[in-house]
Amino acid sequence: MTRYVLKRLAGAALVLLALSVLVYALFYLAPGDPARLACGERCNPRQIAQVREQLGLNEGVFAQYAHFLQGVFVGRDYSTGTSVVRCDAPCLGLSYQSDQQVTQLVLERLPATASLALGALVVWLVVGVGTGLLSALRRGGPTERILTVLTLAATGTPVFILGLLLLMVVCAYLQWLPFPTYVPLGENPEQWAWNMLLPWLTLGLFESAKYARLTRSSTLETLAEDHIRTFRAYGVGERAVVTRHALRGAVPPVVAVSAVDLGYMFGGAVLTESLFGIPGLGKTLLDGVREIDLPVVVGVVMVMGVAVVLAGVVADLLYAAADRRVVLT
Amino acid sequence: MTRHSEDPLVEVRDLTVGFDREGGSVRAVDGLSFTLGEGRALALVGESGSGKSTVAGALLGLHRGTGARVTGSVRVGGIDVGAAGPGELRRLRGGVAAMVFQDPLSALDPYYAIGDQIAEVHRIHAGGSRRDARARAVEVLDRVGIPDAARRSRSRPHEFSGGMRQRALLAMALACEPRLIVADEPTTALDVTVQAQILDLLHELRRETGTALLLVTHDVGVAAESVDEVLVMRGGREIERGPVDSVLGAPSEPYTRRLLGAVPRLDGPLRPAAPAPTGEPLLEAVDLRREFGRGKRAVAAVDGVSLTVHAGETLGVVGESGSGKTTLGRMLVRLLDPTGGRLRYGGTEIGALSERELRPYRRELQMVFQDPVSSLNPRRSVGESIADPLRAAGERDETRIRSRVRELLDRVGLEPDRHAAYPHEFSGGQRQRVGIARALAAEPRVVVCDEPVSALDVTTQAQVTALLAELQAELGLGLVFIAHDLAVVRQVSDRVAVMRGGRIVEQGTVEEVYGAPQDPYTRRLLAAVPSLDPVLAAERRGRRQELAAA
Amino acid sequence: MTAPTDTSAPVAGIPATGAARQLLRRLRGRPAAVVSAGVLLLLVLLALAAPLFAALEGQDPYAYHDDLVDSARGGVPYGSFGGVSADHWLGVEPGTGRDLFARLLHGARVSLLVAVGATAVQVLIGVLVGLAAGLGSRWADGILSRITDVLVALPMLVLAIALTAVVPRDFPRPLLLILVIGLLGWAGTSRIVRAQTLTLKSLDFVAASRLAGSGRWRTARRELLPALAAPVITYAAISVPTNMVVEAALSFLGVGVTPPTPSWGQMLSTAQTWFRADPAYVLLPAGLLFVTVLAFTVLGDAVRTALDPREASRLRVGTRKETSR
Repeated sequence: MTRYVLKRLAGAALVLLALSVLVYALFYLAPGDPARLACGERCNPRQIAQVREQLGLNEGVFAQYAHFLQGVFVGRDYSTGTSVVRCDAPCLGLSYQSDQQVTQLVLERLPATASLALGALVVWLVVGVGTGLLSALRRGGPTERILTVLTLAATGTPVFILGLLLLMVVCAYLQWLPFPTYVPLGENPEQWAWNMLLPWLTLGLFESAKYARLTRSSTLETLAEDHIRTFRAYGVGERAVVTRHALRGAVPPVVAVSAVDLGYMFGGAVLTESLFGIPGLGKTLLDGVREIDLPVVVGVVMVMGVAVVLAGVVADLLYAAADRRVVLT
Repeated sequence: MTRHSEDPLVEVRDLTVGFDREGGSVRAVDGLSFTLGEGRALALVGESGSGKSTVAGALLGLHRGTGARVTGSVRVGGIDVGAAGPGELRRLRGGVAAMVFQDPLSALDPYYAIGDQIAEVHRIHAGGSRRDARARAVEVLDRVGIPDAARRSRSRPHEFSGGMRQRALLAMALACEPRLIVADEPTTALDVTVQAQILDLLHELRRETGTALLLVTHDVGVAAESVDEVLVMRGGREIERGPVDSVLGAPSEPYTRRLLGAVPRLDGPLRPAAPAPTGEPLLEAVDLRREFGRGKRAVAAVDGVSLTVHAGETLGVVGESGSGKTTLGRMLVRLLDPTGGRLRYGGTEIGALSERELRPYRRELQMVFQDPVSSLNPRRSVGESIADPLRAAGERDETRIRSRVRELLDRVGLEPDRHAAYPHEFSGGQRQRVGIARALAAEPRVVVCDEPVSALDVTTQAQVTALLAELQAELGLGLVFIAHDLAVVRQVSDRVAVMRGGRIVEQGTVEEVYGAPQDPYTRRLLAAVPSLDPVLAAERRGRRQELAAA
Repeated sequence: MTAPTDTSAPVAGIPATGAARQLLRRLRGRPAAVVSAGVLLLLVLLALAAPLFAALEGQDPYAYHDDLVDSARGGVPYGSFGGVSADHWLGVEPGTGRDLFARLLHGARVSLLVAVGATAVQVLIGVLVGLAAGLGSRWADGILSRITDVLVALPMLVLAIALTAVVPRDFPRPLLLILVIGLLGWAGTSRIVRAQTLTLKSLDFVAASRLAGSGRWRTARRELLPALAAPVITYAAISVPTNMVVEAALSFLGVGVTPPTPSWGQMLSTAQTWFRADPAYVLLPAGLLFVTVLAFTVLGDAVRTALDPREASRLRVGTRKETSR
């Protein structure tokens, strides 16, 4: 077990290293001059050269990458022309636009993303798994058919359309809720919850379609297995067969997929964050792209990579805990 | 236990079960009637498709809600199964009649402890507290011979071996003290030694509790070991029914005679003794080894095996699951690379040759595979598959290929005109014939047959083994016949090697190994083979107990 | 020690010749699939003939009509339902007054082109990498599988956003989107192809082909490739709607198709600021995108079930299709 975790973490470190090489190669070898972009439209060649010097862009690719790694593991110094800024490990660089440390920026944006992700998790576990279970219990009946159509419709709805429709109906037409603006939890918990309600519903309902299908198909698959026949042949009632034995088969995949999805949310919920103006990692990434702020983009992608890779390890562990037959190797 | 001596425990009258299939309906059971008294044992014996398992399901009303059409009447323990309400049906299932299924791994819920599963079933029928039910579960697990039952009851099914799982299923059946146990192929998934243990246990439990037994099996030997009466089924109908010794000893129906005649037996006729092999062996393995995995986790599937195969002789290789016999067979034709030892073919060392260097020898070493489904590409016509070795040998003339394929199909007893048909249009036995034809197309000198008949019904088995023997005699092939079934191997082989744990524990002529086995494992294997003679079966049961005690 | 299989009845298996016909026959038996196929066919026709239909309406997707929008109210179209009139069948775009019908049809071209093109790139790379991993040496398999793992693990949308940032602005955007989505999204296909190849390799008929003396290439061509068609088609069918959503999402975020080229996602992006004043402007592209994605999803599902009912349930559980959040 410990051995497995260590092995997986070592593998994860390799994946992240590969990702950093990839991202670095993409951004620093791509056509276009980062110095020019960082400096802005109206810079003259001398200013650009200065910026290039400051950003260390005159060094070779390998030296730049080595410095990047050095920053991540032991920290590095940046000179801004007049003064030297110390960037402690794990240093993901300085923003071109604001000179802010990317690590700090990411930490500032983390709570908003976490708020969104955890709330959505609750929604999809309740709505998605509930729907899936209900349609498995009522299989063959009208309830199942209605739920199948709803699930299918939800599968076909991109998250930004769902969000836009919810905004239109709930905020503009019915005026049940004000247009959401992000309020940090620490500032005003009640306002935080009210403002997050719509984003949670949007992301949660969007994911629910997948979980409903997953729950339903895993449950039905288990229902088709031989051991279900055993319990039927021993007089166990249908409800007990479904809830006790068949649903149990849906637990490992739902738990594992939830863990993975939660990892994806850290940086991956770009559309939802952008639509509702939540200042999370996804929004940070998007702003970084719009402003061609390469260190910010690289930083967010790396953080997201860490989240996804860790979530993968956690998902495997949870799956193995939920299904003891699985041997972790 | 109360006895209703006036009414039989099971009364089936004119039972018909029909299923809807693509393109019409099928009658799985067709007008079957029988009775079974309290404490008696009846076996439903038949080949695949005979409807025997469908009958077993009907006794517990398992066809309800599946779309099957059930007519006729089934009464079990005074309950009319067809008309029973849900409550009564639940009481019947497990309470009056308990089912033991074929595959003990998939028949138990993988997510719960075995003790909990038994307790769950027990509480449904006996009520009472969770703790009492759990105690009862441990009690029955102990009864079926699971050591340290209290602790092991907390294990999940995958932590048990196959035999232990089957014991646990029996324990579940016993938990509610049913009056009838319905066992559907209870030992088919098990090795022969474990099968013998389970059958002995079943026998003992019945003697103790007086529970009646309805045994569904394809294996006449298993039936002979376990029941008082036999009902032979075919195509959903009864062929013959009567006391076990008269049906098996003096069958009156031609089909029963054919069925019994096809069953290979340890006391059956041997093939005419071949002259002792002389000269150079065709194929020779010396200390052949194969390991899987690397480093500390390496496992030797074949651990130093030496054998020879001469032209015109059959070497039988027997062993239980995990003995390494399939790995050995695949190494002999170089589908797997040996990790140690030597393999000589016609005097040339071929064990370490590369694929390119192997080319001249490839076609002379052929294989017939176990699974008639996966051994033929479903997307290619059988003629195409058979023509593969011809094309690979450089034959380009389509008419010559065509006529050779037809010739081969004819030779293995298939209609030559069916060369354009696809594998799914053939039955299992026919597909195995196609596989043999493909092997022959390469004009081999050695053919390794890996369980070539274990997926087939006995009557088909007999035909395929006869074909192999005939071809061997005609072509002077060196044959390696790998199987788990001791009686089949005895029937077809000149010499036999017994494998266990990757090694050959005993090797010799058929007379030597079967007549006077030297190794204790061989002796145990032989004692475990079910006998067709019920009297002999009882005798052998005694011998097994002696061997186990020794 | 396996139980005797039912040897009397033929076992299911589809010979290559009848496979396509059988697929069509099974699809015809599902009303949902037929309706979806009809809807998609109509859309493809509309998209292909977009200039023709726009000409029929007498409008151009790029022409501004300042006279049709109320500049006093910030550019909301005059008239009801977003300015529907005999000249402008579906109204006009708020702010600019460009014709919506023409823009929606031209947008369909971009959406469909990117979705199908990206899927084609994914299938091509996925099949090649999967085959190389499945048939190659242990080393090749190890390296390719790790690369696949990395790509599967990372959210495609995020990498795509990042990638679109570094490419010069003047690079043709639809082509860029096809390449980006294609290059980032082949991992699923390659995993399936590799797994299928490994499974097939272990089957006895492949061993028999080796014993017959057939070379590697002959074995791969005869025994493996035909069996790979079904899972690859299936996966491609469910990839098309996913890719369409990714394109729409990127355009929605402003990093995909850039104005003035219309695409549904890009229209929704501008519609964000208009949904209170002009709901029709949101509902039209949203509705079209919804219907198209749904039709593709339903059809993909039907293809999956028709090709292999048992495989279908495994695909659904075993592989995660990337979703855009």
